[in-house]
Amino acid sequence: MATTESTAAGVGPVEGGSLYDVDHPAPFIEAPRKRTKKTPKSTRGNFEMAAWLFMRLSGVVLVVLVLGHLLIQLVLDGGVSKIGFAFVAGRWASPFWQVWDLLMLWLAMLHGANGLRTVVNDYAERANTRLWLKGLLYTATVFTILLGTLVIFTFDPNIR
Amino acid sequence: MPAGTLYRGREGMWSWVAHRVTGVLIFFFLFVHVLDTALVRVSPEDYDKVVATYKTPIVALLEYGLVAAILFHALNGLRVIAVDFWSKGPRYQKQMLWSVVGLWLVLMLGAIYPVLGHAARELFGS
Repeated sequence: MATTESTAAGVGPVEGGSLYDVDHPAPFIEAPRKRTKKTPKSTRGNFEMAAWLFMRLSGVVLVVLVLGHLLIQLVLDGGVSKIGFAFVAGRWASPFWQVWDLLMLWLAMLHGANGLRTVVNDYAERANTRLWLKGLLYTATVFTILLGTLVIFTFDPNIR
Repeated sequence: MPAGTLYRGREGMWSWVAHRVTGVLIFFFLFVHVLDTALVRVSPEDYDKVVATYKTPIVALLEYGLVAAILFHALNGLRVIAVDFWSKGPRYQKQMLWSVVGLWLVLMLGAIYPVLGHAARELFGS
């Protein structure tokens, strides 16, 4: 087979470049995963990377929010014994604790939902099973986040 | 044991298993917890009635378990972040795990009285 281009044995032509140039007197071997014009465009986006990063960022914030929550609810002022409607009303009178609880609700639910999404992906082998489990998971997550948000925003200390 | 499973993870694998198990448990608790708190929108009596069951000795024990799960997940989560973002994290993952376990034990000892104290008073009288 006659070719007009001469290539060194075992080395394919580099996309859009010559095998040799001033900087590369020896055959230049293409990086195995180098992006070229022929590389198909990724259709997946960076969702998994964003999810991975979200777990770490929300995790750090949740350590503060949740451990603070546990300290207040279970340790200080007589622990769980003091909790009741009056105690909730007292805390939600302050916007600070409303924001605290709202942030904790959203971050914890999304953090947990993404964790369970990973678990479903790992253990549910059939595509249909994954679809249903994740459908259930997302439905429950959206419901719980909306319910919790509604409760915090519409809380009425004089309900009775 | 399935054939060919020679892989035996050590600290790394078991901390991963514990992180996953505690994570799932905490998530299921979170659903219930948002639902019970939502009762404040129904009536003070209904909310107080449900919270009263949370003050029984059996639920106090469950609360102690919840604290155990959350504390492990929180501390080990910080270790995972250190492994991912700290250049020497992977090299010290084992030492960090034992630090997590040690700190967790200390905190769990400290949580005995605040979390279980009222249950002990109820069971054995004060």
